[in-house]
Amino acid sequence: MSRGTDLLRRYLPTIVVFVGTIAIWEAVIRGLHVRAFILPAPSSIVGALFANWTTAYQIFPAAQNTLLEAGGGLVGGALLGLAVAFLVARFATARDIVLPVAVAVNAIPIVAFAPIANNWFGVLSPYSKMAIAGALVFFPIMINVLRGLTQVDASALELMRSYAAGDVAVLSKLRVPNALPFFLTGLKIGTTLSLIGAVVGEYFGGLNVALGRVVVESASTLAFEVTWAAILVASATGIAMYLLVAALERVLIPWHPSVRGERVA
Amino acid sequence: MTAQTVVSLSGVEKTFELPGGSSMTAVSGIDMEIRKGEFVSLIGPSGCGKSTLLRLIGDLTQPSAGSVTINGKPAHQARLDRDYGMVFQAPVLFDWRTVEENVRLPLELMGQGRESREARVREMLELVELTDFARHHPYQLSGGMQQRVAIARALTFSPSILLMDEPFGALDEMTRERMNSEVLRIWEQTGITVIFVTHSIPEAVFLSSRVVVMSARPGRVARVLEIDLPRPRGVETRESRGYFEKVTQVREALRGGEGRADEGIGSVERAEAEGLIG
Repeated sequence: MSRGTDLLRRYLPTIVVFVGTIAIWEAVIRGLHVRAFILPAPSSIVGALFANWTTAYQIFPAAQNTLLEAGGGLVGGALLGLAVAFLVARFATARDIVLPVAVAVNAIPIVAFAPIANNWFGVLSPYSKMAIAGALVFFPIMINVLRGLTQVDASALELMRSYAAGDVAVLSKLRVPNALPFFLTGLKIGTTLSLIGAVVGEYFGGLNVALGRVVVESASTLAFEVTWAAILVASATGIAMYLLVAALERVLIPWHPSVRGERVA
Repeated sequence: MTAQTVVSLSGVEKTFELPGGSSMTAVSGIDMEIRKGEFVSLIGPSGCGKSTLLRLIGDLTQPSAGSVTINGKPAHQARLDRDYGMVFQAPVLFDWRTVEENVRLPLELMGQGRESREARVREMLELVELTDFARHHPYQLSGGMQQRVAIARALTFSPSILLMDEPFGALDEMTRERMNSEVLRIWEQTGITVIFVTHSIPEAVFLSSRVVVMSARPGRVARVLEIDLPRPRGVETRESRGYFEKVTQVREALRGGEGRADEGIGSVERAEAEGLIG
């Protein structure tokens, strides 16, 4: 059997369900004469998308700006999360101080700080959105990497001990490679969170050419097919970011069960 | 014959502090000498402290009393000098490394040059007959093959002692017997001193030059049996009369293992006197 038919057989049910849902959606809207401001038909959403791609609401440049904010937040939050995780993994005292605080901070709905971030970093500046996105990304990265650095097989540590390996060698040869899959898991979670952070940050003000602004402004003028188009593009952006990290996993940790499993299935 | 003493234990005791202020004595009153090139098995019921004893020899834990001397120096110094190769029950291979990279790990840590390193890794993979699998990842190998990689890794830096903690306990009987022969072949080729912890009487008898039978709570040496079956040992050994007799002796020693702490090394003679050895 060729690879092509293999892939088709695997994804055919998904494709059928997806296309079927769209078709039923379209049929219901048309058949029952549902008004566009309640739920627009898929055809009118796609129409609005093309009509506003680079003109009027400028969805494409808006998506680029939002992606920049989310991406910046993702990288910044990940770097900070990594730094704190290494620090906390290394120093038991730091763990005792930082962990309870981090858990408490994580319980706060961080998006509620969006207006404050806008105030601090400038409402028109992308950095205010990056700050919110980064704050959301920080925690899952930090906790996951910390887990990866500390949850090391006890026998593996004894093995390193039997080689009289020093702390630096244990870190570089054992803890860091062990933490890599954990980091990528955190990064996957982070892609979605960073996009949420950026879009919600935009709700509270910012440059007009941004997906969150398109959502707010089109909804306020009852142009809901544009709102839906913006949400569609935001989803596609999130999926693309996720797939990028998934591809990174295949390159960096081909030996890991999560990556292997996908191949066998 | 005065072979060089590699391991010397004197009055070794290990007590663990338990939460709540009580304590548990894992092993007590251990005196033992192991000569260069010996294959010594430690066997006994669960909780007899045989693994603890192995870890004491390997300086993975320190004695509460007594001394552990390796090649004439304290165990701690021996570990720093990389005198030990360790093989655990689980292969403990690093998933992210290929077979050859796993075998190479100790050499990387010990700062050996790239070229001599590669040559040594090839040599070790030949020894455990895994040359064709050098580029494979551990998950692509069977349990027995993974354990062979672990043995190659333990031998790659030419340690003077190989410590094996129930290395084949997780393998099926067929694979286990094959691995036993494999280990004997490697032992004969390298002349390394092996200390081998096991639950299996046939395995202990088949492999060893001496079997140390331990009793539990606290762990003590109940009896030491010389296994003077001819070498090289193979399938015919497992079917020989002498082998069955030794298996029976070890089994009986295990059954009557309690309360014989005073015996230690001299127990073979005593066992003979008691008519246990025919």
